[in-house]
Amino acid sequence: MKFINITKDNFNNYLYTGVFLIFISIFDVFLNAFFSINFTSFLPSFLSFCLPLIIGFVGLYFIRVEYSGIKNLDLINKNINTNNFNAILTLLIIFIIIKSLPPFLSWFVIDANITGDSKEACTGTGACWTYIKIWLRRFIYGMYPNAEQWRINLSFISLTALGLVGFFATEKYKKYLTLYYVVIYPFISFLFIYFFISGGRIFFDFSYGIIAAAISIILGFFIPNKFKLYYFLIIPITFYILLKYVFFFEEYIELGMIEGLVWVETGAWGGLSLTFIISFFCLIFCFPIGMALALGRRSDFPLIRYICIGFIEFWRGVPLITVLFMSSVMFPMFLPQDVYVDKLVRCIIAISLFEAAYVAEVIRGGLQALPRGQYDAAKSLGMGYWKMHIFVILPQALKLVIPGIANTFLALVKDTPLIFVVGLLEIVGMLNLAKTNPEWLGFAMEGYVFAAIIFWIICYAMSKYSYNLEIKYKTER
Amino acid sequence: MSAKFKKIIPQLLTLTFVALVFGFFSYNAQLNMENRGISFGYGFLSQESSFDVQFSLIEYDGSHSYFRAYLVGLLNTILVSVIGIIFATVIGVVVGIARLSTNLLINRAAAYYVEFFRNIPLLLQIFFWYFAALRALPLPEDAEPIFGVIFLTIKGLFIPAFVWNNFDIFLYSLLASIIAIIVIRSYSKRLRENEGKHIPVLYISLGLIVGLPLLSFLIGGVTLNFEIPELVQLAKTSFRFNGGLGLPPELIALTLALALYTATFIAECVRAGIQGVSKGQKEAAASIGLTPNQVLKLVIMPQALRIIIPPTTNQYLNLTKNSSLAAAIAYPDLVLVFAGTALMQTGRAIEIVSITMLTYLTLSVSISILMNWYNKKIAIKEK
Repeated sequence: MKFINITKDNFNNYLYTGVFLIFISIFDVFLNAFFSINFTSFLPSFLSFCLPLIIGFVGLYFIRVEYSGIKNLDLINKNINTNNFNAILTLLIIFIIIKSLPPFLSWFVIDANITGDSKEACTGTGACWTYIKIWLRRFIYGMYPNAEQWRINLSFISLTALGLVGFFATEKYKKYLTLYYVVIYPFISFLFIYFFISGGRIFFDFSYGIIAAAISIILGFFIPNKFKLYYFLIIPITFYILLKYVFFFEEYIELGMIEGLVWVETGAWGGLSLTFIISFFCLIFCFPIGMALALGRRSDFPLIRYICIGFIEFWRGVPLITVLFMSSVMFPMFLPQDVYVDKLVRCIIAISLFEAAYVAEVIRGGLQALPRGQYDAAKSLGMGYWKMHIFVILPQALKLVIPGIANTFLALVKDTPLIFVVGLLEIVGMLNLAKTNPEWLGFAMEGYVFAAIIFWIICYAMSKYSYNLEIKYKTER
Repeated sequence: MSAKFKKIIPQLLTLTFVALVFGFFSYNAQLNMENRGISFGYGFLSQESSFDVQFSLIEYDGSHSYFRAYLVGLLNTILVSVIGIIFATVIGVVVGIARLSTNLLINRAAAYYVEFFRNIPLLLQIFFWYFAALRALPLPEDAEPIFGVIFLTIKGLFIPAFVWNNFDIFLYSLLASIIAIIVIRSYSKRLRENEGKHIPVLYISLGLIVGLPLLSFLIGGVTLNFEIPELVQLAKTSFRFNGGLGLPPELIALTLALALYTATFIAECVRAGIQGVSKGQKEAAASIGLTPNQVLKLVIMPQALRIIIPPTTNQYLNLTKNSSLAAAIAYPDLVLVFAGTALMQTGRAIEIVSITMLTYLTLSVSISILMNWYNKKIAIKEK
């Protein structure tokens, strides 16, 4: 192929011809794609099809020179034009992008409709975003009554705000953050979701909870550090019980003096908010269970070890869908007849146990990667099993496995749509429901694209965040 | 308190806890089943199933037993997994290598592919292909043939079927050539190690694997015909294809989604494997005079494969387990046929769910045992 030898000395002779040829070839494809003008229609169809590729290839060959001294040219040559094969691949990719842009844009933006509020508004050939607009409430809140949706909004906003506390904590309070995130925050979120989103007159328990928490936190500042842990374990609950059973009386509500919230059963929950609720709780539960399993699998007690191995391998060996099947048809058989466990709760238990097995394996990897010296050093300081693990082993092991844990959590979020098995409809389930509505037939594509974009943003953000965490902790080591 | 006692107590407590949980569950199960008037047992497997399955690899209709229905589901699961694994491997390896390309555009395109497909739930992708993309295909009567013989329609993909004569002879010849190749390889290896002679093993193997089956066509009486699908009009507006091999759209959607999704993970495994081989290895191999081909074959690949294969097997396992999502689009796999329809009919939740789980468990445990064995075999033997 070396019919022309291009070097640093003579590349100027070919440079302009080459650039011109490349320009021509891309321009031809561009016109063809956007305005369907074909300059070369007089040629045989196959030749006309390949012509831009041939012209572009020759053009790229002309500008390929080992070192020219021109910055941009060298950058192009180094990155996309190293040899003939790469040149062809480069051209193909550019052409494919140009070719696929017009149909993509026309479907997505130009011919799409978003105005109006019925199917008749969608007259274009593109996407019908009106459909998404009309159904948006259902996609986000499921069958949750429209009038009550502020409860979900309020809960999510306050939970996000409470979750962001860690970023603003000053040095003084940094040491309590772990306790906060592992115990207090999940507890508060549970209260929010159970009492506030679920609602009912039980809402007033929730207000006792707030009062109890507030009082005990204020009093907590005057308690010496030594007793703080015990204090926070005992006092809030005592306050709560006192408030509920001694100071206030539920009769207020029954007398109609105060009005409670409307109770919304979990069957009506759905959409994106349910995706968040399920992911959130499974994430909280599966982590400690997984940690316990990982430690159990490396335990010195053979019996505990084998039980943990059996447990982990069982969950890892079966698909999630059969686990959910089990939770919906088999689990009720295992309970006494008068006990009914809510669908959502069963679902969360099933997914948590399932993901916990994966988390356990990831953490085990981190534990195994730690050098033996860490264990020996901790033991030689006289630390017991729990002290050694909590203060020496786990902090290091968990830092090592951040990417693995993040991947498991990503998998968890991506697995939430499977809850359609037990009859709960999160966003994908709602899409399938909306798709079969006789007034809105034929908009499956829009719905799936919408959900895909949402999930993509969530998962991509999570993976980027975990990547940042990984970098952060790597430099600290 | 002695040390021995200290060691036994936690174990005993755990065991008691597990035993209590199990006992509680089984006691309740017994009570519940008594109340519903069903007795535990696997006898129902031989009863007549009396439901039909749309797509099955073995002969099956409602008059067959539940066990047969189980086999139909299992075979369908295996079918979709095998096809998915093949496609996922091909796409994954290509994308994984493209991720390492020096060409910036190729590199970016592969990276975008990976980032795009792996951040979208698999179920959503399956729904997308099945309910949105494949529904846009033409009706059977409007389908344009691809290469004249393949038809891609809304009712599925129709390809020519193979009609074999004396297929067993062909199979035997293939088997014989594979055995011959293995023998020749080991012989050549011995010859090389003992006497330093080289035999062109590749050419001999190629000749054998092409030649022997060819011979079976020429003198063994093996013939191969193609049955091309034909469009048949059933009623005024109802058309269908007769003959040929019809793949239902559920299978296509499922395979596409599984392959494209799993390929992203395999691509990452391949990339990590090739990057995991240190640059020094390549340079050392080149400096002792190996050709680039030899460097790849003798130095890079054996080391890269050691890193690539374990996680990739894991992905294969994931694909097989994920194929159970078929139930969502009514592809008759194990979960849909057995844990779905059969369970609804018999109401034997415990038996059926346990069999289904046990099947998947057997599948994954056997693969992980195989993989552990393989890992041990290829592990670097340090002195």
